Amino acid sequence: MEVGKNVIREDARSKATGKAIYVADMKMPGMLVGKVLRSKVPYGKIISIDIEEALKISGVHTVALGKDVPGRNICEIVFDDMPLIAEEYVQYVGEPIALIAAENEKAAWQAMQAIMVNIEPLEPLTDPELYSSKDAPLLYGDDNVYAHHKIRRGNVDEAFVNAAKIIERTYHTAYQEHAYLETQGMLAVPTPQGGVDVYGSMQCPFYVHGVVADVCGLAQSRVRVVQATTGGAFGGKEDVPSLVAGWASVLAMLSERPVKVILDREEDMMSMSKRHPSRTRIKLAADKQGKITGAEIDVLFDGGAYSTLSSIVLWRGTVHAAGIYRIPNAKVDARAVATNKVHCGAYRGFGSPQTLFAIESIMDEMAKEFGIDPVDYRKMNLIKKGEETVTGQTIGDSFGLWECLEKSLEQSDYYHEKDRLNSPENPVKRGMGISTIFYGVGLGSGGTKLARTGAYVSIQQDASVQFAVGTTEMGQGMRTVLGQIVAESFGIPYELVSCLPVDTSRVPDSGPTVASRATTMSGRALVSACGALKRSLAKAAAEKWGVKSKDINVADGRATLASEPNKWLNWDELVAEAHAQKKDVAVVMHDSSPPTSWEEESGQGDAYVVYAYATNIAQVAVDTRTGVVTLEKLWAAHDVGKAINPQLVEGQIEGGSLQGAGYALMEEYMIDNAGIPINPRFAFYHIPSVDDSPEMHPIIVESAYKDGPFGAKGFAEQPLMGIAPAVANAIYNATGKRLRTQPFTPERMRAALRGDNDVC
Amino acid sequence: MFVEFELNGKNTRVEVEDYQRLLDILRDKLNLTGTKEGCGEGECGACSVMMNDLLVNSCLVPAFQVDGAKIETIEYISKTPLGEIIVDSFCSEGAVQCGFCTPGFVVSAYALLKVNANPTEQEIKTAISGNLCRCTGYTKIVQAIRKASEKIS
Repeated sequence: MEVGKNVIREDARSKATGKAIYVADMKMPGMLVGKVLRSKVPYGKIISIDIEEALKISGVHTVALGKDVPGRNICEIVFDDMPLIAEEYVQYVGEPIALIAAENEKAAWQAMQAIMVNIEPLEPLTDPELYSSKDAPLLYGDDNVYAHHKIRRGNVDEAFVNAAKIIERTYHTAYQEHAYLETQGMLAVPTPQGGVDVYGSMQCPFYVHGVVADVCGLAQSRVRVVQATTGGAFGGKEDVPSLVAGWASVLAMLSERPVKVILDREEDMMSMSKRHPSRTRIKLAADKQGKITGAEIDVLFDGGAYSTLSSIVLWRGTVHAAGIYRIPNAKVDARAVATNKVHCGAYRGFGSPQTLFAIESIMDEMAKEFGIDPVDYRKMNLIKKGEETVTGQTIGDSFGLWECLEKSLEQSDYYHEKDRLNSPENPVKRGMGISTIFYGVGLGSGGTKLARTGAYVSIQQDASVQFAVGTTEMGQGMRTVLGQIVAESFGIPYELVSCLPVDTSRVPDSGPTVASRATTMSGRALVSACGALKRSLAKAAAEKWGVKSKDINVADGRATLASEPNKWLNWDELVAEAHAQKKDVAVVMHDSSPPTSWEEESGQGDAYVVYAYATNIAQVAVDTRTGVVTLEKLWAAHDVGKAINPQLVEGQIEGGSLQGAGYALMEEYMIDNAGIPINPRFAFYHIPSVDDSPEMHPIIVESAYKDGPFGAKGFAEQPLMGIAPAVANAIYNATGKRLRTQPFTPERMRAALRGDNDVC
Repeated sequence: MFVEFELNGKNTRVEVEDYQRLLDILRDKLNLTGTKEGCGEGECGACSVMMNDLLVNSCLVPAFQVDGAKIETIEYISKTPLGEIIVDSFCSEGAVQCGFCTPGFVVSAYALLKVNANPTEQEIKTAISGNLCRCTGYTKIVQAIRKASEKIS
């Protein structure tokens, strides 16, 4: 059995020894350095850009402006509002206004200094709440709204009239920066046929492929995109690699030389997509026992200067806004709006961490109104099997929510521990808090047109197996997990299986590697491809024995005659037979996601094919003298359907949870009211170090998903999503203070302890 | 200007520009790309190397300062008996994900275990507190270093 085993990941050794090649490590003969000149103004009209002096500098090959883009000067993500290089207006600090290709770094930097830019500054819109005010500039469409998603369920007005208890609260969340250790980078190489090959760090090679062809004015058949080893992504390499690849490709086409663009950390943080800052206002109604009867939720996401992925990020946030609770009447309105700040896009959780922070916090606040323990209050309101979510989706099998809850309560000894942690004389207060969350696996009905995956599987002469998929490895371990799935499908050892690199010329379009979909969706395509090859192998065995192939059973790495179980061919013999008989030994299969449904106006439908579930129990210590909050212990239980590789599942739980702890306690990317970034460096934007890592208790729950490969369902975003509310709830348990603005910095904690509610 | 130094056990002479850092000459001039640039300001530790038997961030060392020094990079360290044990432990304990920070962690672990074969948990944490990892949550990295120490002590 290869599924369920902790096989060592195939890329571990090359990475640990420094041999793995990332795009920054690549070199090509004649390669030029590509740089991007960026706007220092948050909003303005470009009057002139004078490049004459820059072109005189020795070693400078090309300076490209928006008008020089050979194809369409648009980087199309979901909509087509973002230019590859700004041409008329700049809309955020960091927006590209000119590209440079030079022989070396020094010449490129000199050219950047020598370009004379004249921009007429305009009054920027930086507060998303003012998107519709009469003084606001029009940045997008006719109302500055990228998207407005709704849910209408039951009769909310009636629910509030009949309620025994109503509370209303507002929650805020900040930008979060992905802080992948490898910054964005791309290498573009002109081909002899007049096309371009692109190598780089990315999640979605087929997005990059489309944009590169578009901006270079090339047929898609002339463009090839190869993923290099990718040093972390977390959603941050979903949309913007198309921009970086566009810049490198345009420079390569114009220079007729290979061009490598590697962003430095400051420009990466300043100009690449972030997690949307948000404001969520919730009004909750309950009956006299405390059962939730209605919810009215208004969500506002700051989308920044261009739409990129805001519409679909917001959609996931909307579907998850009411949590996994039984709420018969609900009205949700969620908007993502334009401002003169960096565009926001995908980040682990994809719009749901913001809304889950709000619903998971207000559940505790409502529990307090009834004097019920937050866990008991959840037990009263959590969905049970066969009941409906707020979008009207009936929850069926693969529903490990309650098992997650029970296991995390048991392992943390919550009921005994939570009130025994504090002593009145100790200025360090301790407490425990919980969050119970869910995660829609895959793209769901928000992305059905992309929901296809392809797989190529080939059995070699020596009986080893090669496979390729179009989804990508970015550190999560996909290549290894899919290798285990292939090995298990044939019943052969994992060591016989190898995964090819992702190359758009070789691998079928598999949509994006997002939404925790790679294991489930590429896994399904692989299982189906392996199934086709097993039928081909059965034909070979049947022909050899002169029987019908339906009498042959191919499993456990051999072919057996059904009527004579002692008659079999082992894997080597079987493969040799198939090759000798010239049977199919390689196959490409496509798989489409199981169906979903959605009604736009009511927000009702089966939003996702299936959900993953999690419970987080956090134990915090709050130093009331300094306001420093420490996450001491964390129990994180996740229903993953089936853990194909438990060690890699734990790795996702531990790593995602710590990113969530960073989001809860310290990470706050800041842009001031004038639109100027304040902390685009690791020195000033802090991510957790080993000292911030809690005692971690990952708990794996396996509630099999029948349509997933061997029961597996995606979940790798989920570990981040519920940490902030669990920590906020633990802080309340420890101190009696409620923090409604994330992150819970010492400043905010001290303000709360002082009773200053405006800042916390 | 030229600098001469001992690199991975061999005498090396290389021309450097005044604006270059040790990291640049390793990666760009000497093709030792196992040493990574994560932040360029000494915050992340992805560029960790050994300089005169001490752990340094190579992004903070001006290239001319290397003259006369002894430098060891991941390419060399991972082939030493101690380095091999550390690499094996990182692989078996699941301490590698995207891998961009990993060479830096291996170098930091090597710097620790070379002088302290049996460190406490806190000593391990202190030794890697200058390295940032965004993927793993550090738990399995600490486990891997502990496992390596058990193997050598």
